[in-house]
Amino acid sequence: MSYQWNWDILLSAVSTGEPTTYLGWFIDGLTATVTLSLAAWIIALIAGSLFGILRTLPNKWLSSLGAVYVAVFRNIPLIVQFFIWYFVLPELVSPSLGDWFKGLPPLIQFFSSAVVCLGLFTGARVCEQVRTGILALPPGQKNAALALGFTLPQTYRYVLLPNAYRIIVPPLTSEFLNIFKNSAVASTIGLLELSAQARQLSDYTAHTYESFIIVTASYALINLAVMLFMRWVERTSRLPGQIGGK
Amino acid sequence: MYQFNWSGISSSLPTLAQGMLITVQITVAAVIVGIIWGTMLALLRLSPIKPLAWFAKCYVTIFRSIPLVMVLLWFFLLVPQLLKSLLDLPPDVDIRFVSAIIAFSLFEAAYYSEIIRAGIQSVPRGQVYAANALGMTYMQSMRLVVLPQAFRAMVPLLLTQGIVLFQDTALVYVIGLADFFRTATNIGERDGQLVEMVLFAGACYFVICLFASNLVRRFQKRYSR
Repeated sequence: MSYQWNWDILLSAVSTGEPTTYLGWFIDGLTATVTLSLAAWIIALIAGSLFGILRTLPNKWLSSLGAVYVAVFRNIPLIVQFFIWYFVLPELVSPSLGDWFKGLPPLIQFFSSAVVCLGLFTGARVCEQVRTGILALPPGQKNAALALGFTLPQTYRYVLLPNAYRIIVPPLTSEFLNIFKNSAVASTIGLLELSAQARQLSDYTAHTYESFIIVTASYALINLAVMLFMRWVERTSRLPGQIGGK
Repeated sequence: MYQFNWSGISSSLPTLAQGMLITVQITVAAVIVGIIWGTMLALLRLSPIKPLAWFAKCYVTIFRSIPLVMVLLWFFLLVPQLLKSLLDLPPDVDIRFVSAIIAFSLFEAAYYSEIIRAGIQSVPRGQVYAANALGMTYMQSMRLVVLPQAFRAMVPLLLTQGIVLFQDTALVYVIGLADFFRTATNIGERDGQLVEMVLFAGACYFVICLFASNLVRRFQKRYSR
């Protein structure tokens, strides 16, 4: 193959006249991917914990509410969910609310839809992990807490959740990794995140391999960083006496 | 309030069915190739020969750290050149379809190999010793003793991964291949019924996946007894 490699192309100014380089575009994409994923991860943790707790409650109505949430968000492909949040929902809400949303700057529209979508999608997976974590605890813990006079919310707050979250750090790690990978789907609704920048860079520079390699490598590096961070979380949150503990 | 207009769906059902056929073809091809290649990767990973184990580990790690969207774009870029040099395909073959099948097969193999590796490692070690004691070679003990037991334990996980894969195929949207979802959005954009078409597509995926995962659950209950 006679491909002409030219990595310097990344440092040259963009041809649209904007005061930035192609590397600047790449960094914009990287920032968008990281911000989107971290914001969505916060939503995922909150929604996942909330519904995960609901699923373990003795109340039948509340626990089936959690089950419905999981069933809906896990059985529809992520790209379809992105389209629903971005294209469909603004049409279905009241016209004034829909028009307000469509009047926002496009970047804010893309970004807010993507954060909510990715957050609730991942939340359904986190929900299952939280539920498994709570159910994996010996039933004696809950009974002991109740016998000591804790109310049910106190039992969750002081006994069940602190133990359950420690158990589910490894599966949460893979969900945290997934959220970065899944954020690439946000490119389909128009958000210029990392994978969308790969295509834009390749369109503008005509150096597809360089563009794809730098983007692919950054995903791999993000992956590595998240893994190291979560390993640290696992190490510091471990209780003495647990398997692998001090 | 939004005025729904569902009338366009019935007339576009034949086109949608063609899209669904593409979706199903990609899913089935990727499940079959993915399980075969995934089994080989798992065996390589567990093999005592270091370079082979190292190769399988790298393969799995790389594919698992890259978003599927990027994998699809890469293969869409690479496959036409590879095909030109390796195979002699007739010019009327849809290159997007071929590259999607190759991308999904190789990508899913990485995920399948992890499931299969866990399955193999869950077989008690004594089984391998017993097979060795009976004079079986490594390949014989794998094929006749370990793998049959491992696969029985893995079937629910492999099927669930198949359902995930079925949902993931909708991502061929990024290379413009007219699968079920892309067909639906194309029709929706053409007729100004994007809202209805996206909701309809979502409902179809939901019903199919819910039905399939219930089947898996029933299957699992029956065989775990």
